[in-house]
Amino acid sequence: MTATVNRPQDTQLRAPILSARGLVKTFGRVIGLDGVDLDLYAGEVLAVIGDNGAGKSTLIKCLTGALVPDAGHLVLEERPVTFRRPQDARAAGIETVYQTLAVAPALDIASNMYLGREERRRGILGSVFRMLDHRGMRDRASAAVRDLGIQTIQNIQQPVETLSGGQRQAVAVARAAAFGSKVVVLDEPTAALGVKESNQVLEMIKGLRERGLPVILISHNMPHVWEVADRIHIQRLGRCAGVITPDSHTMSDGVAIMTGATNLQDPQPTS
Amino acid sequence: MTVQSTTPGAAAQELARREHTLSQRVQHLLHQRPALSPAIILLMTVIIFTAVNSRFSNPAALSLLVQQTAVVAALAVGQTLIILTAGIDLSVGAITILSTMVMATLAAENGWPAGLALAAGVILGLAAGALNGILVTRIGLPPFIVTLGTLSIFTAVALLYSSGQSIQNNRLPDLLNWTGEGFSIGQFRITTGVVLVVALYLVLGYALTQTAWGRHVYAVGDDPEAARLSGIRSGRLLLSVYAVAGLIYGIAGWILIGRAGAASPNAIVDANLDSITAVVIGGTSLFGGRGGLLGTLLGALIVQAFTVGLSLAGVDAQYRLLAVGILVIVAVSVDQWIRKVRS
Repeated sequence: MTATVNRPQDTQLRAPILSARGLVKTFGRVIGLDGVDLDLYAGEVLAVIGDNGAGKSTLIKCLTGALVPDAGHLVLEERPVTFRRPQDARAAGIETVYQTLAVAPALDIASNMYLGREERRRGILGSVFRMLDHRGMRDRASAAVRDLGIQTIQNIQQPVETLSGGQRQAVAVARAAAFGSKVVVLDEPTAALGVKESNQVLEMIKGLRERGLPVILISHNMPHVWEVADRIHIQRLGRCAGVITPDSHTMSDGVAIMTGATNLQDPQPTS
Repeated sequence: MTVQSTTPGAAAQELARREHTLSQRVQHLLHQRPALSPAIILLMTVIIFTAVNSRFSNPAALSLLVQQTAVVAALAVGQTLIILTAGIDLSVGAITILSTMVMATLAAENGWPAGLALAAGVILGLAAGALNGILVTRIGLPPFIVTLGTLSIFTAVALLYSSGQSIQNNRLPDLLNWTGEGFSIGQFRITTGVVLVVALYLVLGYALTQTAWGRHVYAVGDDPEAARLSGIRSGRLLLSVYAVAGLIYGIAGWILIGRAGAASPNAIVDANLDSITAVVIGGTSLFGGRGGLLGTLLGALIVQAFTVGLSLAGVDAQYRLLAVGILVIVAVSVDQWIRKVRS
């Protein structure tokens, strides 16, 4: 309901933020990806669903630099890009929130948000003595958390281990969204969470979309996908079995395509 | 029956708002300030031993205590760095002795200029630490095994190189003996070695708390996978930690010459365990990622205070071992308890 604008009709008119063409990835004789195309447009949530072994993780890893595809190419904001390491993708503006969250439990929230990209003080303290800008990082981390509408976190200097699962997820998402990123990739963000915390995360995803940040969401949870996704990319046997929308297809349609019970004749829905 | 909750979660919120018990508050405080428990223990140690024998806290005795702590305190700086990354270093003493023997032999036997001999010894310490680091990061062996092996290797090399002979300080140049020199403020004597140790704590304390490198040391020890996914090159970081630790052991070797009045291949046999004990009593977690240098300094002082205090109290020296052993067990138990804290 919240975002009926930016739907497929007008996305067709614009260039995608991120697009992949003909991605192939094999592991010995096992075919992970068999020529997959994917387009992500500004301000949309694109869900990627698929059975185990359908190639969703492989696809995501190729988009985020964790794997290097054997063939095919990526275009980010109309420029061809190649990622050899996750850092390359991150430097290009693709932020990934891993299922394991990748937060250091004993470090506080601000430290975690700036982990691996700490900011130094201005002047000689920073350049010669390499002193960190603790206060600046703390203030900006607070602002980032507030922007996402996360009220449950009161103290930005709290160690992450004292947070609940949903709050940790919030920190990880805030970190991904806070650094001028162009694309946020969320890998199974609700898999380990209860109902209430899952809803908080889904609200956060909607918040990212409202800020115009495109999101790729990998999930096994069909109700969650149908709640937040604008378009749904279905992986099956290493290929894209089609792209549907929550309006054009029901959840059981989606599952049927995913499992091969029905074939999608027209991979680009018209309505 | 008496309380009617209308909104779901109201009871849970009520529970969350309840007063924290005293033990919860203590747990929380210790979690935030890991150096607090060793500080309290040191304070209590000083008060009790002074009550038993007032000579314990006169300036001369205290300054001796500080000088006796210097070498272990210096080694514990390197040990802290490594333990923060969830590693352990058993080759602490061996690297120190190797550095000591090399700088002393080059100066006394081979006629090297004092400055050059000192630099060679310290750089050898760095190289030995870096070798540990390469074995840990490039070959992927556990730090315990690597340093257990290099403990024997470096000890053997030091003994072979020095032919097992000590070199007395009258044969050593002034620069190498300088760490034993000092000045007095009233009855309190401060040696150059002690000043060097304080400088080590200040420099490394700054690096750990104020720089990105320090942040990464904690992150790698806390959760290596999270650190890697955050873009930290953990291999390079670990290598730098082992190399810096080696450099510190090299400097400690210089401090040892001043303290012992000689370069001896059989000195500081207990250095490995003493440095680990200081780190653990100081509240740094053996599981990595938490703790700090302030605690380590307090831990090193506590161990030495027990030794001095018990001997001044006329108690058999074996009780010192007993007391330190109990303290280690208590410190690790407290660490385990603190790690369970939840807000």
